[in-house]
Amino acid sequence: MPTSPVLDTRGLTKRFPGVLALDGVDFALRPGEVHALVGENGAGKSTLIKVLTGVYRPDDGELWHHGEPARFTTPSHAQRAGIATIYQEVDLLPLLSVARNLYLGREPKRFGLIDFARMHHEAAETLRGYGVDVDVRRRLGSLSMGARQMVALARAVSAEARVVIMDEPTSSLEPREVETLFGVIEWLRGRGVAVVYVSHRLDELYRVCDRVTVLRDGRLVHTGAMADLSRLRLVSLMLGRDMERVEREGATTFSGEREAWAGTPALEAEGLTARHRLHDVSLTIRPGEVVGLGGLLGSGRTETAKAIAGALPLDSGSVSVVGTRLKRGASVPAAIRAGVSLLPEDRKHEGIVPGLSIRENIALAAMPRLSRFGLVSEKRVDEVVRVFMERLRVKAVSPHQKVEELSGGNQQKVLLARWLALAPKVLLLDEPTRGIDVGAKAEVQRLVDELAEEGLGVLLISSDLEELVEGADRVVVLKDGAVVGELEGAEVTEDALMAAIAQGPGGGDGR
Amino acid sequence: MRLDTLPRVDGERALHLLRDYGVYVGVTLIVLFNIAFTPHFLSLENFRTQAVQVAPVLIVALGMALVIATGGIDLSVGSVMALSAAVISLYLGYGPIVAVLIAIVVGALAGTINGVLVAFFGIQAIIATLAMMIGGRGLALVLLPQLDGIRSPGLRALGSGSFLGVPYLVWIAALLVVLVAFLVRRTVFGRRLVAVGGNRRAAELSGLPVRRVLLGVYALCGALAAVAGVLVTARLQAADPNSVGVLIELSAITAVVVGGTPLTGGRVRIAGTVAGAVLMQLLVATLIKHDLPPSWTQMAQTAVIIAAVYLARDRGRT
Repeated sequence: MPTSPVLDTRGLTKRFPGVLALDGVDFALRPGEVHALVGENGAGKSTLIKVLTGVYRPDDGELWHHGEPARFTTPSHAQRAGIATIYQEVDLLPLLSVARNLYLGREPKRFGLIDFARMHHEAAETLRGYGVDVDVRRRLGSLSMGARQMVALARAVSAEARVVIMDEPTSSLEPREVETLFGVIEWLRGRGVAVVYVSHRLDELYRVCDRVTVLRDGRLVHTGAMADLSRLRLVSLMLGRDMERVEREGATTFSGEREAWAGTPALEAEGLTARHRLHDVSLTIRPGEVVGLGGLLGSGRTETAKAIAGALPLDSGSVSVVGTRLKRGASVPAAIRAGVSLLPEDRKHEGIVPGLSIRENIALAAMPRLSRFGLVSEKRVDEVVRVFMERLRVKAVSPHQKVEELSGGNQQKVLLARWLALAPKVLLLDEPTRGIDVGAKAEVQRLVDELAEEGLGVLLISSDLEELVEGADRVVVLKDGAVVGELEGAEVTEDALMAAIAQGPGGGDGR
Repeated sequence: MRLDTLPRVDGERALHLLRDYGVYVGVTLIVLFNIAFTPHFLSLENFRTQAVQVAPVLIVALGMALVIATGGIDLSVGSVMALSAAVISLYLGYGPIVAVLIAIVVGALAGTINGVLVAFFGIQAIIATLAMMIGGRGLALVLLPQLDGIRSPGLRALGSGSFLGVPYLVWIAALLVVLVAFLVRRTVFGRRLVAVGGNRRAAELSGLPVRRVLLGVYALCGALAAVAGVLVTARLQAADPNSVGVLIELSAITAVVVGGTPLTGGRVRIAGTVAGAVLMQLLVATLIKHDLPPSWTQMAQTAVIIAAVYLARDRGRT
């Protein structure tokens, strides 16, 4: 049904310093359709959403609303035009009541005062339609995440929205709540509301979406009917891999094959389970082996690494390092003592300590080993810092330079040095080359090779398929927090990996 | 503070230098001003007076600097001083040494309670220590409802005696400065507390015992405040839980901030804190000597604080 679009963009372009976040995007949204917006990290999804909702202003290109050029200068401007957004992080006020949240800014009034009786009555009525049956006078914060999400949705919809943008709406929902959400989406579609649905869960996309737009590196690479696009094709579009010719000469600096060492596995993780995040994830890493962890964003890769490192509380499951089993509910210090090091994905928030020098950042985790009776041995710190700055080729004026003054690649090397200074047995690398320059990337990849040759067990998480295929001896594929496949030896190809990532329901025992 | 970490001077760095070393410039300027315009400023007696007056504030500020380095704050230091004064008066019968030790232990305990509330219950430092600020003074007044004269010769000597012409109070403050500076620079605990303030999540993921570090820092701050309480009591020759340490938390925070330790945590400057305390002391003394009314003093203090915070405003950014 070629109805005129409620919202469309023409040649939309948005630049940030050093990045072209959106590059001439033509995106059209028709009334009554559920439109999937997909892409990997940094593809431009959030930027597009923010332009559509008036958070950002485009540098170039046009935004049309009901066939007329529009310019949303503020989020409230877009809201008044009938564009509602439901973010991953629910942006409501947890300390106010459910009803107040639902009617915030447009409370029913009587004699200039809020008519609470009417507001409560109507709020309860409305929310029942969304499967939320609670006392609307309760504080919003006391509700489950799912219920809060429903309140946000109800708020958006009752505000006469013509466009509803949902960013990862199911990430914190229970299966039952997901069903309710789908019911609401169905109802919205019936009323001619256009829904933009952002999710990494392929099963959901194919269930509720009519059309799909794929973004990659700020460009629109595909738009069309959901049903006409196979899962495999969708994944290859998202990851930017041509299915017909996957070349293996590659741009990575990983060497070829290597032999994993025999003997006790460096790491054995069994049945790792954490509510909503991980379901029975098991994996083994032998010394001298690089095991890749594949999957889309939100598939549980980071969570798996965190769970092994003791940074994510588990409901069940066990972790053994070189045959020694860590205690259940083990802490980060215990995992570190056992020989597990985790290089976290979020360098800025979980990695560097910005005010400290390179030297202090490197010595941070190893401090107990570089000290005696609580006194730091400056000599030993200097020695360790010198060795690792040299080995990792950290480019800096001096070890006393502030780490925040370094480039991303050098910061990453400093963090690697922090972990290598612990002489770990298992190294968990979460997106070790993300956001660093090409040179540093090659060096990090070479280092991973060297470390494995020295007998370390390495877990490599990467969204870069090529890096995963060339760097890992074996790849475990995750989806919705569960293992859905494992590729070994000659099977480790980009094709096979994409197929494993894309496989449909029934391919795994996920939700 | 280390010369080899001194950044190169180029345009934008000048402001940073002023931020980091401005407090020393301030102290130098005010000393020069006094040498030129204040009669008898260069007398030994005057130095002694200034030093004795600044000592308790400085000791409290040392603990405060550590707490602020972790990204926290401790409003209860004045009340802990009052507690320590009350405890001394109560236990003086066992001799001055026992009484002083008990007072310090009580201070450390009060600090530990702050630490438990902050580290284990996740209560904001400003609220947890506000509770201790109110409760601590209340408890002090229960223990000792009114001013009590101290007749112990030992304690009196501590308050007014001197060694090599320098009052004991000043020796103790100097010793504590050295100890705290050593703690921050050379010990694992000192390095960790700064890292906790700089990026708590990174510290946790690096296996640091974040909660134990916080607990230790607040306990230490309490113990230092108790030492200050002991010294003030010894100098006044009276335990006065009603007024000892009132508003000292503000002077201590001022000294720390003016000294270049950012309130956001992740950095600590002990020498700067000393200079900050001295600067505020000299500022007040100078204005009083020149017969300016107290309202002027307060406004001058305000100006210094605003200047310090203005220079520090980009520290929170990473």
